[in-house]
Amino acid sequence: MRKTVNTSSRITILLTGIAATLFSLWYGQNNGLLPVAASEDASQVDGIFSLMMTVATGLFLLIQGALLFSAIKFRRRKGDETDGPPIAGNVPLEIAWTAIPTVMVLLISVYSFDVYNTMGGLDREASQDPGPQKVSYRSGQHPGSELLAFDPGQKYLALGVGASPQQKEEPEEPLPVEVNGIQYAWIFTYPDTGVVSGELHLPVGRQIDLKITAGDVLHAFWLPEFRLKQDAVPGRETQLRFEPNRVGEYSVVCAELCGAYHGVMKTTLHVQTPEEYEHWSQEQQIAQADKLENSVAATPNSRSASEFLAPYAERMGVESQTLEQLKASPTASASN
Amino acid sequence: MTTQTEVSTGAQPPEPEVEKQRTWRDYFTFNTDHKVIGIQYLVTSFIFYLIGGALAGVMRTELATPNPNFVQPEFYNRLFTMHGTIMIFLWIIPAGAGFANYLIPLMIGAKDMAFPRLNAVAFWIIPIGGLLLLGSFFVGAPQAGWTSYPPLSLLTGKAGEELWILSVLLLGTSSILGAINFVTTIWKMRVPSMGWNDMPLLCWSMLATSGLILIGTPVLAAAMILLSFDLIVGTTFFNPTGGGDPIVYQHMFWFYSHPAVYIMILPFFGIISEVLPVHARKPIFAYRAIAYSNLAISFLGLLVWAHHMFTSGTPGWLRMFFMATTMLIAVPTGIKVFSWCATLWGGKISLNSSMLFGMGFISAFLIGGLSGVMVASVPFDIHVHDTYFIVAHLHYVLFGGSVLGLFAGIYHWFPKMTGHMLNETWGRIHFALTFIGLNLTFLPMHELGLLGMNRRIALYDAEFQLLNLVCTAGSYLLAVSTIPFLVNAIWSWIRGRQASGNPWKALTLEWQTSSPPAIENFDEEPVLWSGPYDYGIDVLSADSEESVEELLSEVQADVR
Ligand SMILES: [Cu+2]
Ligand SMILES: [Cu+2]
Repeated sequence: MRKTVNTSSRITILLTGIAATLFSLWYGQNNGLLPVAASEDASQVDGIFSLMMTVATGLFLLIQGALLFSAIKFRRRKGDETDGPPIAGNVPLEIAWTAIPTVMVLLISVYSFDVYNTMGGLDREASQDPGPQKVSYRSGQHPGSELLAFDPGQKYLALGVGASPQQKEEPEEPLPVEVNGIQYAWIFTYPDTGVVSGELHLPVGRQIDLKITAGDVLHAFWLPEFRLKQDAVPGRETQLRFEPNRVGEYSVVCAELCGAYHGVMKTTLHVQTPEEYEHWSQEQQIAQADKLENSVAATPNSRSASEFLAPYAERMGVESQTLEQLKASPTASASN
Repeated sequence: MTTQTEVSTGAQPPEPEVEKQRTWRDYFTFNTDHKVIGIQYLVTSFIFYLIGGALAGVMRTELATPNPNFVQPEFYNRLFTMHGTIMIFLWIIPAGAGFANYLIPLMIGAKDMAFPRLNAVAFWIIPIGGLLLLGSFFVGAPQAGWTSYPPLSLLTGKAGEELWILSVLLLGTSSILGAINFVTTIWKMRVPSMGWNDMPLLCWSMLATSGLILIGTPVLAAAMILLSFDLIVGTTFFNPTGGGDPIVYQHMFWFYSHPAVYIMILPFFGIISEVLPVHARKPIFAYRAIAYSNLAISFLGLLVWAHHMFTSGTPGWLRMFFMATTMLIAVPTGIKVFSWCATLWGGKISLNSSMLFGMGFISAFLIGGLSGVMVASVPFDIHVHDTYFIVAHLHYVLFGGSVLGLFAGIYHWFPKMTGHMLNETWGRIHFALTFIGLNLTFLPMHELGLLGMNRRIALYDAEFQLLNLVCTAGSYLLAVSTIPFLVNAIWSWIRGRQASGNPWKALTLEWQTSSPPAIENFDEEPVLWSGPYDYGIDVLSADSEESVEELLSEVQADVR
């Protein structure tokens, strides 16, 4: 049997291995693939990504390197009709490539578990399933408290990402916002002030508690810069709790297929300084009060999807035809 | 050729039917020969691959620009629904069944499958199901995605959705019938001397695949029937307006559809395990580890379904449980990848088309596997779920994995199936175009997803346009890549160089008969003279120039 690898190539392989390891460690940290992180939770998730990217880069280089090396070095020479060496296994090697990946995925699992717990994913109030509730509201109406599920201790239950163990200690109450997903818009209601808006405004440095529902079909509330996503399920409230730590404008995206215009179901999240946020909130309250005086019967909640979309449609590049279709969209039929 | 000797061993009375040849007409009939059925499967599924690919081409053209200007958004949703359904149920799953049908009886030395008539029924359901599905374009094709989540699937057109359900039910039935046949055949019909651990690895793969099909598909069928009731009769199993629970549908759907990923990849794991040793002239590394890891994947594969629901209505503990099981499944998969690399290492590799696709398979599947571990992590998956990151991941697994494995198999067994060699130059061009096109199309999608582009949208933010243009260019390259293959396959089938019984000097039993094999497979009971991957024995026999064929005839002479 011929030796497949001699000493000098052993050294080359060793050096390449070290270089690949160093590169993996560097690339895991500096890949720049993710958008900005606008909360502490998001940075935590990015930490997992860094670790996984390091491991993945290492394995990528190892396997692709081995393939490329084999394709060049172990190519059959012209006229050589003999077989390779009859090596059918190597127990220590097999144990190594079973054990090392097992340890690695366990490590990633534990790390992920820890981060998920820190994010509040295992908050008892957010991680128990209250089961489905019958949808009894009519189209366009925001679901009321009949949808809320309570545990025996009269504590509010909704699936999703809840308060982190650390947040639970804090005395400050989170800012509640009700999120309703309908084809094809998000409607945000601030129960403290009664403000209803098509864009989400939040103060920086304060805990936010989003209660998410859907009015017709499944949607998913996604904040890419916060690495948070939660499906909006008709008949089942879900929640997301987080704390923005960076002022700026971020996108709010619907990530669950919800119909033909799923792609336009987007809006903006404005994370503002507390003063700016207060200012905006005041303005909205005054504007809505004026409106209420002008139209006796209208409540902000009864606006339909197309009405909500109209102001944003132009900015989003939606053609008028799209809006026409929206008006005839099955929103109404969904809950009738 | 050893197998063409006309000496009768006495077990089989010499019949004139040995002379009978297949004609092209046989392939259009209800034929019970597993080889005819295997080719029927492969050709039919390839036609659906072209259809599914054409739909993808239209989608990528639409996505070249951020605004919907090529097709209407509603039609776009129909396109990706049909694309997904066709590629899964009418291309990859039946193509895997096609290989298994053709090869398993030959590999275990049997004359046919255990239930030949059932086998033909299983095949003929496929074109019916496929035509039904395509027919939905005339009544408004389904537009709720291949996942068909309610309530959306209940609100987007009854006729198309119901046709989709019926088609999936039919194709599921076909797949169950096939699975029953594979298990029975492998279990009962091996040549007497072939023990479990002498089986070619494709047999192990198909055992694992069939197990998944038999356990998973009935649950999918149940979900489809309930969905049908909701759709037609107006029951509310999954409809929240009547107190139903859409999350239950998701559990039922993914209980099948996660294992379906393994139903789509395991047969090609088997094919790769056959292809690599032959063209590297080295035994498969760690036979038992590869064989049993199929079973481990199969078992774990039944316990990971809710990783598709990490952002859905699932409680935290459940998300954690399914994260752990999903992470674990990387271990048996990793064992396979390492073993394949070790098989190549130190071998004498012929870089022919089959081997190129085989190595391309490892390379691309690796990327899908690594991103698979990433999305198993709940906090990270919450970010990328339902984004282009997932689209990238699943295509690296199903295109980079299954489809490259499929082509490796076609280049490897085409001589056996048709009796003609494929043209190598065009095969290599096919590989180069496919491999470059694949990476160009799907690699940028990872970044799109991370940045914030959600999937299943006809219109997107202008900031994503550049990467989308790259993807579209790649998809055109993929479209072009099928041309050299098609021309090569058709030309070679008719005019290609004649193939000997064993052009690759391979050791598994299918190569012990003529190419194409006789109607009853073997003129005489085949002899299991070596393990399926015992390459390198001639090296030990001190520089002897004895070829495998000569060795083989020697052993056969001994037996006689
Ligand atoms: Cu939506
Ligand atoms: Cu899965």
